[in-house]
Amino acid sequence: MTATAPRATEPGWLAALRREGAARFEALRFPTTRDEDWRFTDLAPVAKANLGAARAAGPLTEADLTPYLFGHAEWPRLVFANGRFQAELSRLTGLPAAARVEPLADLLADAPELVEETLGQLAVQPASAALVAQNAAGFTDGYAIVLPAGAVVDTPIHVLFVSDANAVLGTTLPRNVVVLGANAVASVVESYLSLADGVALTNTVTEASLGEGARFDHCKVQREGAEAFHLATFDARQERDSYLNSFSFAEGAAISRTNIYTTLAGPGAHATLYGLYLGEGRQQVDHQTRIEHAAPDCTSWEVYKGILDGHSHGVFNGKVYVHPEAQKTDGKQTNKNLLLSETAKVDTKPQLEIFADDVKCTHGATVGSLDAVPLFYLRSRGIPEDEARTLLTYAFAADVLEEIRSRPVVDHLEDLMRAWLAKAGRRGRAAAGRESA
Amino acid sequence: MLDIKNLTATAGGTEILRGITLTVNAGEVHAIMGPNGSGKSTLAQVLAGHPSYEVTGGSVTYKGQDLLDMEPEARAQAGVFLAFQYPVEIPGVTNAYFLRAAYNAKRTAQGLEELDPMDFLDLLEEKLKLVEWGPEIMSRAVNAGFSGGEKKRNEILQMAVLEPSLAILDETDSGLDIDALKIVANGVNALRRPDSATLLVTHYQRLLNHIVPDRVHVLAGGRIVRSGGKELALELEERGYEWLTDAAGAVA
Repeated sequence: MTATAPRATEPGWLAALRREGAARFEALRFPTTRDEDWRFTDLAPVAKANLGAARAAGPLTEADLTPYLFGHAEWPRLVFANGRFQAELSRLTGLPAAARVEPLADLLADAPELVEETLGQLAVQPASAALVAQNAAGFTDGYAIVLPAGAVVDTPIHVLFVSDANAVLGTTLPRNVVVLGANAVASVVESYLSLADGVALTNTVTEASLGEGARFDHCKVQREGAEAFHLATFDARQERDSYLNSFSFAEGAAISRTNIYTTLAGPGAHATLYGLYLGEGRQQVDHQTRIEHAAPDCTSWEVYKGILDGHSHGVFNGKVYVHPEAQKTDGKQTNKNLLLSETAKVDTKPQLEIFADDVKCTHGATVGSLDAVPLFYLRSRGIPEDEARTLLTYAFAADVLEEIRSRPVVDHLEDLMRAWLAKAGRRGRAAAGRESA
Repeated sequence: MLDIKNLTATAGGTEILRGITLTVNAGEVHAIMGPNGSGKSTLAQVLAGHPSYEVTGGSVTYKGQDLLDMEPEARAQAGVFLAFQYPVEIPGVTNAYFLRAAYNAKRTAQGLEELDPMDFLDLLEEKLKLVEWGPEIMSRAVNAGFSGGEKKRNEILQMAVLEPSLAILDETDSGLDIDALKIVANGVNALRRPDSATLLVTHYQRLLNHIVPDRVHVLAGGRIVRSGGKELALELEERGYEWLTDAAGAVA
């Protein structure tokens, strides 16, 4: 994986980061289920696949991307194919003059000092150590957003990480950095897409530093291919009065693990973490979140929902960690799961660890199937059972999608969910047909 | 219209209906009254096909069809409507979507084309007047956060949209103040047609001041123990249920 990294121009601190990453990944390798943080998700298939670096992508056209642009081709956009920046497909116009929104490799070649305090400094949770180390050792590119104090980027910046057939049997390591100055505002949508089926690994890391009063909306849309492995770590640090709104949508990949972490480092910081995961077949879809309340008067609010069909396995592990100095913390964490089949399963583990005495924290999790009473209510109005089930399943999850700031993204994900549910309905009917036959 | 013969039903193994026989003709309003636990709500829910009850005997014929053999949605599509005692909250589904889905399911069953959202809004405008509501109610999630009175009005709105042949109102009057009661009663009266019938399940006589029944039946212990004209309701108001339930007990 070393051949493609633009090492020659890298500063010393980055070279050191890569060396440490390589050594660390060599020592740790991929986590196993003996590790408490990985108990429910077995990465043995990933380790066994022993994938090299992804090859450069074949030719890609605007038309290939159109279905994934949320109907807004005019949004600022960065496109990476098999980890490599695609200048012709990207558009970085209409941004404030002082804003730096560009490929990370370009920024590192030009002004590495802008991200020196962020890159490699935030993603430090032990649970993600191996993934972050592998990424540090071998990443080639990703997006960088550096906004000076007060800069506001209104439209979402869409970053597409596309894999094509040349990524099959390969590894792609996107690395992203966001640095928002005081009161700066930015919104990013990260899309992970496969244009070809086949075993491939994406291991992506995003670090985001939110200055005082900054606002960052981060929406991750994971739609990788049915045989793909997807590993992702997002880690933020939030200064006083900053606001992070995170959303993770996961419907793709054979095995996926998404880590969403944030540290509320300054008083008055606020984080909202939302997610929706859909599983079918033998998909393994795992989310781990961690909110570190490290300063007083911070609030966090978290809702993750999952819909699992077939033999799929959903995992949610959310931790809210309240440090001794984080008095007046207000935190709420919820995870709700809906099982559409008797063979789907969920492991959910919401956790609170509180070391301050004056806090308000709650958490809860549910796993269940559709309630009989609403189902009867809809049927009693003439709505056929299949349609009623679909409607209730949709209703179960739709409210969490509304938390995404960008309406076109909400609409698009609603469409995706409807399509997914229609497929689930057909699978259900086919299964019922087999049973009665 | 509706012919119930010797209907028996259980819930969780307990027998609740112990042989109900009742005939309702087109154009009629029948009131089913009785003390708590007499089985009157069970009767309403069994007719709508509630999965919590098991029919153990008897028959129900609706417009010549075996009602008990039909799925709940098929019953609704054929014109049976149950106004729930406890309307269900469905967060995440708007009233507009829900009503249109129900309306179109009925049209599809009748071999008609579905109505698109714009045409459906026109139709709704008329129906909303009946329950004295503005269009803003349509963008709210079904019954979510509605007051008790709003929920009952929403049931009547659904009934107005679906125009049932057989409307079964399960304690629709309970928990309503007098203004809401009038709105609900006016709605029900406005929806009466010569070819439709209404079954009012109620504990109290007061609803019958507003919707005048042709027949009144008193249920006790899962059986009809007395039937009569509208004056029977007034007698119950005066004397309570005890004199009838005691008699039923003696028979049993």
